[in-house]
Amino acid sequence: MTEKTFTEAAREALSEAMDADPAIFVVGEGAGERGGNFETTAGLYEKHGPLRLCDTPICERGFIGMCTGAAMTGARPVVDFMFTDFILDGLGELINQTSKMQYMSNGRLKMPMVLRGCIGIGHSAATHHSGSYYPFFVHIPGFRVALPSNPADAKGLLATALRSEDPVFFMEHRHLLNLKGPVPDGEHRVPFGQAAVVREGTDATVVALTVMVHHAFQVAEELSGEGISLEIIDPRTVAPLDADTILASVRKTGRLLIVDETFMPCGIGAEISARVTEHGFDELDAPIKRLNGSHVPTPYSPSLEQAVVPDRASIEEAVRELLAE
Amino acid sequence: MSADSGDRFERHRWLYRTMFTIRTVEERLARSFMAGLIHGACHTYVGEEAVAAGVCAGLTDDDAVFSTHRGHGHALAKGVSPDALIAELYGRETGISHGRGGSMHLFAPEIGLMGTSGIVGPCILQAAGAGYSARLLGNGSVGVAFFGDGAVGNGAFHEGLNLAAIYDLPVLFVCENNLYATEVPFSHASKNPDVASRAANYGIPGIGVDGNDVLAVHEAAIEALRRARAGEGPTLIEAKTYRTRPHAEGMGLTGVYRTEEEVAEWREKDPISRFRRRILSDETMTASDLDRIEADVRAEVEEAEKEAAASPWPDGGTADRHVYRETV
Repeated sequence: MTEKTFTEAAREALSEAMDADPAIFVVGEGAGERGGNFETTAGLYEKHGPLRLCDTPICERGFIGMCTGAAMTGARPVVDFMFTDFILDGLGELINQTSKMQYMSNGRLKMPMVLRGCIGIGHSAATHHSGSYYPFFVHIPGFRVALPSNPADAKGLLATALRSEDPVFFMEHRHLLNLKGPVPDGEHRVPFGQAAVVREGTDATVVALTVMVHHAFQVAEELSGEGISLEIIDPRTVAPLDADTILASVRKTGRLLIVDETFMPCGIGAEISARVTEHGFDELDAPIKRLNGSHVPTPYSPSLEQAVVPDRASIEEAVRELLAE
Repeated sequence: MSADSGDRFERHRWLYRTMFTIRTVEERLARSFMAGLIHGACHTYVGEEAVAAGVCAGLTDDDAVFSTHRGHGHALAKGVSPDALIAELYGRETGISHGRGGSMHLFAPEIGLMGTSGIVGPCILQAAGAGYSARLLGNGSVGVAFFGDGAVGNGAFHEGLNLAAIYDLPVLFVCENNLYATEVPFSHASKNPDVASRAANYGIPGIGVDGNDVLAVHEAAIEALRRARAGEGPTLIEAKTYRTRPHAEGMGLTGVYRTEEEVAEWREKDPISRFRRRILSDETMTASDLDRIEADVRAEVEEAEKEAAASPWPDGGTADRHVYRETV
């Protein structure tokens, strides 16, 4: 184990995969010699050159479509969006083409494509640079969606994504990019569809995503002083979703809170809630509770921005309400 | 016969047979559509056969073709058999996409048919991607996009040509300008009536060619392929042509903009009869050679149709297969 930032850990996975597989190339605005707006590709251009670390014009639809064609013909593209908001210009390519190629070709084409970008509210980046949008992609057949919450998982999930034959979204919360943590040296892969039980507990289950894992963990530590025991689960991937680990936890605790920065309607919390209700209704001692970011475009001013994102105080309040049911 | 004239004979025979196969399959499909054997839309390629045949005659199985909603001709010219194509439109298990695709989603990646598509534009970007793969992997193959004039006003045209140009990708962009996007005239969709001239915006060659002259198309394609394989980058080819059947079967042949006179005029320029006359005047083949090709093709297509009609339906229990490559 070595202490690394989230970005360093993810870059290590990319670097190792690019050394091992000459079919991998990265495209994006500034992904070349500049090394990526968030240093996602720093140092790799010097090693692999402009064809494998490819600067693009500002044409997300164009390079998503180009990478789709490249994946169909034997290459393994990594699309570095910088901000996930920018993906939206290419939604038609992604949903009508990338996600459907394997199916339309009756399994004769592969679609080994990684789509990575920064997500998350909290830097007064306002509404064109704060989006997350991953629930869209969970809804569509054909995609995988990975949401690492720490450096070790950033390395392990990206390593798995880079060897997958399916298109994978790898979404990096901006608040986590400089987070440091222990990262396994050498090859490290985290399989898709395996949630992590971040903290064991008995009174309530809290499923949290990306940066919310950290907020929920701190709330759990604080409440433990009052004798409240929270179990924290990080799904790590939401497509596929490890519902079994969540259900097993709810069997133990009887109570469930889902904390997600993205919008509530038709979101990840709605999906988890429905699955737990379908398969674990009798285990529940209280109605399932969801805590989400407000259903509004992200505002700019710090005071407005803080008001639309779940924080430790709102998580603690939601936990207390859940336990009072 | 010299080696050259032998090559020419083979090339002419292939081109004629390919064009006639496309025509025969399309006319068969039009009858099948009326008989209710085709379950979705059916856009035929009648009148435009010279473009697919002329370009695909220069391709190998490793060259990747990305096509459109009007893609039966490209599929057949790339080597899909009539029975696999007809069976797909009939929705059968023996179809080229095993019933998952239909007319607008024909895939045979093993011979470089990377798909026809129900959305206008993406094929341009994907062909650029095949060119990117070819450069990255150094395998000498070429990406080819076929698209209509309707795609020229779409952002994918601009982004795809620009990307292929800046990375010097081995790609052919083949615009089949048949003058109408469904039923909207190109003159309503573009102030500039010329597609080939747009290549200058991207710093690449643009070649305008008579799309009903199969040898002219072939010659333009061969030069573009030479450039691509030599690392000189992409070429835009505009093949001016016309569809002499409706946009889709079941729709009107003429409409608000297309007139009977215009259709009749283009039927006079039919690419197959025109090539037949050319072959006879060049004496590369005799009338009986050509008649024999036509009889063979007709028999093959009738047999293919019978096989398709007798083929089993896909098992509904398999409908969720192939969404993902890997199970988790």
